Parts: sequence; structure tokens; C-alpha cells
Amino acid sequence: MELQHFVAKLHVDGALGLDPAKVVDVFHQWVANQTVPGVVLIDVAELLHVPNGPGVVAVGVEADYALDHTDGIWGVLSRRKNILAGSNADRVSEALASAARVSLRLQEAFPALKLSHTSFELIINDRAVAPNTAATYAVAAPAIEAALRDILGHGDFKLMRHDAEPRKRFGVTVTTVKPFELAAMAAR
Amino acid sequence: MKASHALWKERLKGQIPEQLGAEVDQFETEIGLRQQNKIEDKVFAETRLRRGAYGQRYDNGQRYDGKESRRLPFADRPTKGPGTMWDAPGMLRIKVPFGGLNPQQLEVMAELAEEYSDGIAHVTTRQDFQLHFIHIENGPSLMRRLAAVGITTREACGNAVRNVTACPYAGVCSDEAFDVSPYAHALAWFLMGHPDTMEFGRKFKPAFSGCGQNACGLTQMHDIGYVAAVREENGKLVRGFKIVVGGGLGPVPRQARTLTEFAPVEEMLPLTQAVCRVFGKHGEKKNRNAARIKFLVDKWGIEKFREEVFAVRQELRPDPRWTEMLKDAEKMAEGPLKPAGAFPAINGDEKLRAWIKGNVKDQRQAGYVTAAVTLPLGDITADQLRSLADIVAKYTRGTIRTTVEQNFLIRWVSKSDVAALHADLAAVDLASPGASSVVDVTACPGTDTCKLGISSSRGLGGELRNRLHQKSYQLDEAIKSLHIKVSGCFNSCGCHHVADIGFYGVSRTVNGYKVPHFQIVLGGQWDNNAGSYGLPIIAVPSKRAPDAVDIITEYYVKNRLKDEKFYAFVKRVGKGPIRDLLEPLNQNLPTYDKEPGLYSDWGDPRLYSIGDIGIGECAGEVVTRYQFEIGSAERLVFEAGLHLDAGNAQLGGETAYRAFLQAAKGIVQVQYDDVSNDPDEIIAEFKERFFDTQLFFDPFVGPKFANFLFAAHAGRGEKFDADTAHHRIAEAQLFIEAVHNCYNKLRSTPAPPAAK
Ligand code: SF4
Repeated sequence: MELQHFVAKLHVDGALGLDPAKVVDVFHQWVANQTVPGVVLIDVAELLHVPNGPGVVAVGVEADYALDHTDGIWGVLSRRKNILAGSNADRVSEALASAARVSLRLQEAFPALKLSHTSFELIINDRAVAPNTAATYAVAAPAIEAALRDILGHGDFKLMRHDAEPRKRFGVTVTTVKPFELAAMAAR
Repeated sequence: MKASHALWKERLKGQIPEQLGAEVDQFETEIGLRQQNKIEDKVFAETRLRRGAYGQRYDNGQRYDGKESRRLPFADRPTKGPGTMWDAPGMLRIKVPFGGLNPQQLEVMAELAEEYSDGIAHVTTRQDFQLHFIHIENGPSLMRRLAAVGITTREACGNAVRNVTACPYAGVCSDEAFDVSPYAHALAWFLMGHPDTMEFGRKFKPAFSGCGQNACGLTQMHDIGYVAAVREENGKLVRGFKIVVGGGLGPVPRQARTLTEFAPVEEMLPLTQAVCRVFGKHGEKKNRNAARIKFLVDKWGIEKFREEVFAVRQELRPDPRWTEMLKDAEKMAEGPLKPAGAFPAINGDEKLRAWIKGNVKDQRQAGYVTAAVTLPLGDITADQLRSLADIVAKYTRGTIRTTVEQNFLIRWVSKSDVAALHADLAAVDLASPGASSVVDVTACPGTDTCKLGISSSRGLGGELRNRLHQKSYQLDEAIKSLHIKVSGCFNSCGCHHVADIGFYGVSRTVNGYKVPHFQIVLGGQWDNNAGSYGLPIIAVPSKRAPDAVDIITEYYVKNRLKDEKFYAFVKRVGKGPIRDLLEPLNQNLPTYDKEPGLYSDWGDPRLYSIGDIGIGECAGEVVTRYQFEIGSAERLVFEAGLHLDAGNAQLGGETAYRAFLQAAKGIVQVQYDDVSNDPDEIIAEFKERFFDTQLFFDPFVGPKFANFLFAAHAGRGEKFDADTAHHRIAEAQLFIEAVHNCYNKLRSTPAPPAAK
């Protein structure tokens, strides 16, 4: 089973600590400067009027980035849209690295933005490729674990599968015992 | 493209109606051919539009970043249409005939929003759904997944029959003659791909209403409208429709005219087919700006149009579907899931009380109610859609409607379930009160995603919604019932013409910068199926538009007569005093240095621009004479409206012509100081300098606005009635906007200060 279209969301630690509407301006600058290598950024979607929604999104051709508020949880999100080569574990690493890089860039603009160093989510944004089933978990978990061991340098983490509701996308929340460094994650 | 593309194709085999499946396969082939450059981009553009795949802002590869217009670094691939980059995401419009949906369809919509878009599904002012940021190569997968649950995007855009809309209360309303839903359903599927609809020069929008007096169906503003009526014939009650044609909003709005006072239901499909054949055969094809059916009805007059339609009707080869489709459709009547009940005790629950007051309405069927689910700016998340699907399945037999006010309507709710329903909706943030009230602002996509947007309609809509929500408890009841509608440009997708307070986006040059503005439109009527259209009274800076709402509503509350509706109030006091009250919003506008926020639009911090025009030219010159001339033209067009309101259509039409001349003179003198007041000279100079050179041409509608001027000049001395005067005034207003745009083109935006 080839897993594609990973979404990584790095959780905000505690309160958001910034006015999310201010992110609109920063994302516009990213589009103007085409800040993300390998991704053509096109536009900014401000969706803050929708409760527990996608927040503010920098829309790209190959990937989107967002200050996301789905499920009422703030986080910095990266969503891969095109098909990537490599192994499933490679694609997990790429998703986390790109979310971490975007988070660091956002923190440059908003030093008050504090991200959790012990929890994040991974979702596979394609129901046909990865239905929300135990079979998908059986394939995805080893790939995620392999990628995380590589990124974190240890195996001290837990995967918790999201809601088993079949209508939802497959996803896991990862919690680590030891805090991880965003910079190390971004460097992968 | 998504990795699952082939998987969906395989998985959904056999689950898609044959005809819809073949359509999608064909589109997929065309995508492949276009990628290999084997079909022309123009042909591919029309093909994809007919499949609902529309362009989106920046798909020409250019984007203004607040300092300059830059190229977006899209890969060099064949285009999706002239000047439309392949990799630029677009919008997919999804047809929902009469707004009718079931839980399974809601769930699929949620999946698609999540997997292919930005997580949001958007309900439009035509009861459609729109998904934004869709990659063209994912189109076939989306279409297959929709087709598998009985939904199509076919003919959602392009020169085709658009979504058939209908009153969302159809079947449960006490005012209706009968339930129009089955007929709307039959018409939508009868016309889809019908040979008599293939030759249209422009789009064609049908609408159904269960009665003549209420607003819900808005038949008067449609290309074709059907108003349910029952007649007694030979002692029997016969169902039928009053059919109206040639209505429309857009830049030049028209009220529809009566084709027939009564056609029995069996005649609905054949008569419509005849209308389509006449429109297809005789409607304008070359000039898109005069190609809607309203222009054909104007040109011929309704009598000749009617004569032709009835003659064609007699010649049509009989089609068994004319009656079979009605029989099938009539079986689909909705009913309740639960027994009828009584309202629960509210027990001091103020949120529930407010929600019932604003969103819940009694049905004709005792013991049942409808409940409106208000969506902010028509937006709903994937998670909310899934929850809504569960709620619909829990309380109804699995049916729900979208509305033209960009909301949902749940019907057949037992009164005894109202509190539980409210609690379930509230748990997923879908229980906002104030449906169809002043806080329930409608807005088109505007500059957020629409290529034609001039100002941020959603930005303004959101701002007004927030402000009005915050003070909703203090608002006077008279204000609460107002309708506010915002369009990003004159095309009127936000339906500003039929709002109590309408806005449409325009741009102006202030202190040497372009500044987003909104024209304020008053005098429109939502009631009586959109019974009259408003006219613009003044343009104010976008950031001052909420103040304008405060000023207008305060004035209304203070000066209205007992129970006087806003429409009647505006008619009585006249637009002049209201304009005077708003005038200060345009005076002494601070410079960019003092208030930079005024020079950007709502929700978009970039220095405002209307695109790439004007780059590289000098700006900030003194333009006193131009401003003087154009100011006079604006005053004249406003006065023309006042004359019309006062019942003097002739003077209204003549004054509108003077406004045309004044505006034309304003732009001519930018190049030629010595232009005189002689109308012939103004027209000749305008033609030579701005028309023949195409300087005045609009990027989207070409010579349309200049042609308005020439037509007004050619028709000088003509007799006006209320209708023709209204059109002349509306055209003069559009011409003035075009003069502003042309002037902006001649003057560039000054370089902004260095970014901080
Ligand atoms: S009114 Fe104008 S801006 Fe709004 S959707 Fe229509 S064309 Fe676009």
C-alpha cells in the first residue's frame, strides 16, 4: 500500500498567543517572495469566520500550509497535494519536516507562537489510498514509526489512532515522552 | 493529481448512471488531449466550463503583491484556456437542483472539500455548492464521486442551463399553490444536455416559486421563472404555472416579463423547450454582452417573443418525457420521519428562544417546522457537513435544502424535536440565530477567488456580520429584518439589486492611490419575488461601508412611519437625503501615510490594486478638471434616479443621457483640453481617442460600456417609460464606472512606501 498525501499538524502549546488574522499578511509575503522551495504558492484563504475550521491557509500547487483550527485545536499544518516518490516513511518525514520548517518561519514573524514539543498529528488526505481502517493502520504505523525513530533519534513515542469512524480520514496523534526539537525535525 | 485517481475510477464502476459516467470519461480524455496540445485551448475552456470547472483569480499567472504585479512561477505547460495556467487551481461548481440534498450527498461533499479543496464547501446564491482551489486533473475523480450519489457538475458554468433554483419552503409553505420541487427536478434533468439548449450564446437561469407574493423563488430576476398557480377549469382544479421570461440581474438588470399567465403543468416542459429553441436560434451569439435572453426579449418586445414561442411550441415533435418525467418527479414528495408534536418548554434558555424566533418557522403541516441553519458567508467545514448529515438523518426522512441566502433549511422537523435539534446543531456551531435577518449577510466570492472581483465582498460581508452580530441584541426590530447583500463587482452575483441595502465593488483614485470602494444600492425589493431593483446612490471607501450601514439604519429607525418597510421608506424620503448623510464618508479622506488601512481592502492587507493596469506610469498628478467632470456626471446620474423615483421617467432618462455626456467629456479632456460641450463633438472625440484605440475597452466585456454611450447618444430625444429610464440610468452608472477604470488605467498607482 503506497501512502500519499500526508498532512502534518504541529500543535500549538497552550493558548495561541497571537491574532490569527495577522497571519494573513505574513502568508501574503510568502506568496510574494515564493518563500517555500519546491512549492508554487498562489493565494491566501482567510477562513477564520468558520468555527473550528481551516483558519488561514497559504494555498500552493504542490502543498498548502495553514494556521489551522480544525477540531478546535490550533496548529501549524502542511498538506501535501502532489504525489511524492520514495518510501512511505520518506513521505512521513517530508510531511513533518515541511510542517516544522513552516512553523519555524512563522515563529520568526510571531515569537509568541509556541508549539508543542511533544505532540503532533499525521493524517492521510486520501480515502481511497488510505481508508480509515485497521488495515491502513497496519501499513501506516510501521512507516510512521520508522520515520519518527529516524527524526527523533529514539523510539520513545506513542501513536494513537484517531476516531475509527469510517467516514473520517485515517489519522494518528503522536505523543513523545522526550520533547523534540523543531529545528531537528525541519532539517530532515 | 491525487494518487487515488485510478482507484476511484475502478471502484465506482457500475455505481454511476451511464450517461453521467460517459460524460466524465469524455472529460478525462479531453484533459489528456489538451495536455498533449491536441485540442485548442479555447475549445477546452468551453468544455471544462460546461463541466462546472471554472477559473479562479490569478490563474493567468499574474499576481499583485502590494508593490508590483509579479509572475507566479507556474510550470510551463499547455494552458486550460486562453491565458489560463494549467497548474493554477480553479473552482468546481456543483449543481444542486432546487437545493435538494440527502445525507449521503452531504457526506460526499465533505469528503471532497477535505481531500481536494481547502476543507470548506461553499453554498452559493444559486443553491449550488462551490469548491475552490481544485486542480483540473482531479476534476474527473470529483465528478465520479459526485455522480455516484446522483450529483452532476454538468452545465454548472458556460453557455448553458444553470442550476434550477426553487423556493426552499416548497412543499411545506402555507402560501404556496402547490409543491414546485418535483417540477424543478423534472425541468433540471429534462434540459440537461437537451439539443435545444446547445446553441445558447450565454447562460440561462431558471427558477421556481410556489407563490407570487413572497421572495423565496425570486422568479422576477431569472431568465425564466415559474410561479405556481391553480385554476378551476370545468369544475376541476388544474395545476399550472405563470411563466415569466427575460429577467436578470448583472450589470443591466431587468424584471422578467410575462410569457403566459397560466400554462398547465403538462405544458411546462414543451413550452420551456420552445423558449430554449427560440433563444438558441435568435439570441445574440457574437456579442456576449447582449446575449442573455433579456436582450432578445427587449429587442423583439414580449408580444413578438411570445408569438414566436407559441408558434415553435406547435411545431415541436411530441416527446413522451414531457409527461413521464412529471409523473416520476411527482412521486418524490417528502414527508415526516417522526410524529407531529408541540414546542418544548424553553425554560429560560435564551439561546434556544432566539434561535426559534429567527430560524424556525411553522410548516403548513401542523406539528412540524422548518429550521434554518445559517452559514457564515455560505461556508461550512467538512466536519460540520458530516455532522449535519447525521442530524438530517436523525430528525427527517433524509432531506435538506440549500437556500439562495447561502444557508441550509431542514424541513419536516417535529415540533417536539426542536430543542434537541438546536442542541445537536449548537454542538457543531451550526445554531447561529438570525436567519434571513440583517446579520445574515450574503456575499459573492469577490476578490477572494473571482477573477472579476473589484472589491472584497466577502471581507465586507464578514465585517458587517461581525459588527451586526455584536450589537444584534440592541438592534431595533425594524433593522433586524433588513437584507444586506454584497457583490464584488457590478455583475451582481451577490444579488445586491434586490437587497434593502446592496453593495457592489468599484475602485476610485484617492490622493493618487487606487482605493477599494463600494457603491451603495438602495430601493431594491426582496419581497414579491424580487419585485424591484435598486439603484446606486453613492460610492464610499470599502473601509467606510460599515459606517454607511450605521448611518442608513439609524436614519431609518428615527424617521420611519409605523410599520413602514425599508423599501417604502426609501421611496418616501427619497435617496437625496440619504446620499447627503453619506457624503461626509467621502470627504477629507486621510492620506496613505496617515491611514494606510484605508488603502487596502477587508481581509487583505496588500495595498489595493485592481490588477496590473497602470503600472509604470506616473501618478499623483493634479486631476482637478477630471474630478470635476466626473463628479458632475455622478451627480447627474444620481439626480436621474431621483427623477425616476418621483415618477418623472422622461426627465430621468434624459438626465441619464446628460450624465453619459459629462462622463465622456471628463475622460476626453484628459487627452484633449479643448473639447466643447457639443454632444456630437464629445462622442466623436471619445470614439477616436478611446474607442477606436480600444483604450476604453474593459478587459472582460470589451466595448460594452462604450456601446452604452453610443446607444444613448443615438437614442437622444427618445420617449422613456419607467423601465427604459431605469435601464438608461443603470447603463449611465456603469459607463461612469468604466470611465473611472479607464482613468485609473491612464494613471498608475504610486510606489508604496518601503515595506517595514
Ligand atoms: S459579482 Fe463580480 S466579483 Fe462577485 S462573483 Fe460575480 S463576477 Fe465575481
